[in-house]
Amino acid sequence: MKYGVEIVGLTLATFLALVAAAFAQDAAFEAHMWILFLVLAVSTIVLMRKTTFAPAGAASIPLNPDTNGYMDGPIRYGAIATVFWGVVGFLVGVVVALQLAFPDLNIEPWFSFGRMRPLHTSAVVFAFGGNALIATSFYVVQRTSRARLFGGDLAWFVFWGYQLFIVMAATGYLLGITQSREYAEPEWYVDLFLTVVWVAYLIVFLGTIVKRKEPHIYVANWFYLSFIVTIAMLHVVNNLAMPVSLFGSKSYSLFAGVQDALTQWWYGHNAVGFFLTAGFLGMMYYFVPKQANRPVYSYRLSIIHFWALIFLYIWAGPHHLHYTALPDWAQTLGMVFSIMLWMPSWGGMINGLMTLSGAWDKVRTDPIIRMMVLAIAFYGMSTFEGPMMSIKAVNSLSHYTDWTIGHVHSGALGWVGMISFAAVYYMVPKLWNRDGLYSLRLVTWHFWLATLGIVVYAAVMWVSGIQQGLMWREYDDQGFLVYSFAESVAAMFPYYVLRALGGVLYLAGALIMAFNITMTILGHRRQETPFDGSVSALQPAE
Amino acid sequence: MKNDHIDEVSGVSTTGHEWDGIRELNNPLPRWWVWTFYATIVWSIGYAILYPAWPLINSATTGILGYSSRQELGRTLDGVAASQAERLAAISEKPLAEILADEELRRFAASAGAAAYKVNCSQCHGSGAQGSPGYPNLNDDEWLWGGDIEAIHQTIAHGIRFAGDAGSRYSLMPAFGDVLEREQINQVAAHVASLSGTAADPVAAEAGMQVYADNCAACHGENGEGNRDLGAPDLTDAIWLYGASEEEIAQQVRIPRHGMMPGWADRLGDTTVKQLSVYVHSLGGGE
Repeated sequence: MKYGVEIVGLTLATFLALVAAAFAQDAAFEAHMWILFLVLAVSTIVLMRKTTFAPAGAASIPLNPDTNGYMDGPIRYGAIATVFWGVVGFLVGVVVALQLAFPDLNIEPWFSFGRMRPLHTSAVVFAFGGNALIATSFYVVQRTSRARLFGGDLAWFVFWGYQLFIVMAATGYLLGITQSREYAEPEWYVDLFLTVVWVAYLIVFLGTIVKRKEPHIYVANWFYLSFIVTIAMLHVVNNLAMPVSLFGSKSYSLFAGVQDALTQWWYGHNAVGFFLTAGFLGMMYYFVPKQANRPVYSYRLSIIHFWALIFLYIWAGPHHLHYTALPDWAQTLGMVFSIMLWMPSWGGMINGLMTLSGAWDKVRTDPIIRMMVLAIAFYGMSTFEGPMMSIKAVNSLSHYTDWTIGHVHSGALGWVGMISFAAVYYMVPKLWNRDGLYSLRLVTWHFWLATLGIVVYAAVMWVSGIQQGLMWREYDDQGFLVYSFAESVAAMFPYYVLRALGGVLYLAGALIMAFNITMTILGHRRQETPFDGSVSALQPAE
Repeated sequence: MKNDHIDEVSGVSTTGHEWDGIRELNNPLPRWWVWTFYATIVWSIGYAILYPAWPLINSATTGILGYSSRQELGRTLDGVAASQAERLAAISEKPLAEILADEELRRFAASAGAAAYKVNCSQCHGSGAQGSPGYPNLNDDEWLWGGDIEAIHQTIAHGIRFAGDAGSRYSLMPAFGDVLEREQINQVAAHVASLSGTAADPVAAEAGMQVYADNCAACHGENGEGNRDLGAPDLTDAIWLYGASEEEIAQQVRIPRHGMMPGWADRLGDTTVKQLSVYVHSLGGGE
């Protein structure tokens, strides 16, 4: 029987969700369990409709077998999920940006800024970025190991389990369920489930590496593996908590006071370091050489910057707690490790950009290469900006201001977003056996809209952040504060409107991508002449 | 490593491995990269020697400079406190009239008052003291309870209609909806509107004059000039707390709204209240 185990497991889980809803100790948990019940029930019904009772041998022949011997099903779904969650995340981002400019857009209680903001960050970081990482890591590890994914259908569990985590996290935020830890807002039961999914992910990835047919492990896989292992560790430690009830949404952290803050920022900074940096460097190390059709610039640099990066990054978290109750010695260490992190981070930028030497002409003709170059440039920019902002003197001005928001977005929109878009544009035609994308002109449109959006966003946040910092610390000659906090908020209005505009541009680019990818998957190819100067763009990249 | 494969474009040998068509060049580490990396490490070690850095069992190294962010903050605050101590003492001791007469002290008090105003008062009166519906503008020369420095001080210190302070200013306009006919209220509203402008219906305004004389003049004055002893607003100056239209005036006659302002002497202390008084007095309308 096809899907036999899956259907039994899902039915059981559906029943448990119903039981949890019945015994719920608080209204939010009850609502959340009903949502879980509905999601699981619908999934069960979908699977039951797809089941067959043919003999096991006959049922195991997939409808669309992958002729290349790799398991590409979860990657196809992952590519679609990446685009979908990207659009969702950017849309919510535009909404929260507008809520800051126009507070009347806060619709209490579900769509207030306090609940929408984690929805935005989680949708972009974990739903968009996470799906991009899972899909590309499965794509890369199979091809660079010449091995099919380990664990059979476990990869499907990773994909669907991760989507369920996203749905539970997102609906939880809107219901007001949060443990108030930035980027780790989901409560204990969602955290436990994610742990199971993540361990399954590790097993699939590591198992594939173990059974590889290549003698050596490719550098992209080092980065992916370090990301998977470290995120597992960070997630488990930061979310250690005691639930109030097995049927309640509230839990209390194992840590308190400044230890709690330090644990949180050890997690929070390394979510940036390992999720958004190491993982996406893995992406870069595969897709840039493939798209440029050039060898990686320096093997030695890749080794040294890899080990230096993962060793140094894990210590840099305390720089989020400068000038707080955190002891001075911890602040010092957080700062000096951030400074030392500068060059190891730039090792990735050098290797990425220099890999293009001998292929620079493609920047003119290939919009995907252009996206990659911009991604690496923003990576270099924000990994310089980060160490600079960790210096206490700079931090005393930048901390708690929009400068931090701008910094995060030049990394997220510029680096993470652009390299993911490029990877999706590279993978999709190959995953669906198409000759090429539906339209390269649309990729160029996406590139320019996104670039313009990032530049507007980052520049506006620099100005507003520095202005905010200066207003907060402005004293008159008698020693009294010149501005009230409310005045500094009012002064931000034009910047918040412009920031939303930058977000709209970026969202527009993503919508164009969604259309382009959809048409490519459906098998269409637009008859078009390339933009000026890109004569060779219609030729395959190989 | 084997060097049997040379990249044609760069002429550099590769490591000899290949993954899905990707090779790796044998380029050395860029020198500037290595030296900058070393420089950040040396700088970090130096910084960790100068500043608190290494955790010990019960404490941490203090660093050669003996820096402590807590001490630095304390020193900064002490410095500011010391530089202000003499003037703060003077404000505390001297009567308000003397503070106003001493230009240097007056400016200091106004600065201090501005800072205190932004934290405590701007929420209702606006960060520019421009007021908003229901909350008086403090920049003009229309004062409900008096605009000389002592009157302002009295208002800030004890508040208006503030239950928490027995010395609070207090007054209440009766709800004339229970006393007057609807038509009379509309007439008196037209009359009040005509005091500072033109009433929509001159006949009604004319009729309202008698209603006004019978019911309103006792507090607001025969000509609508108001009475500061009672906190009764001047009706002739086109400054309106609850709206300038005849409907809004009629509404205010029918069921008056009354603002409440807390007294600040207990919360902020008299020195700060004096500073606030000087600041509000300096905004332009002080008498």
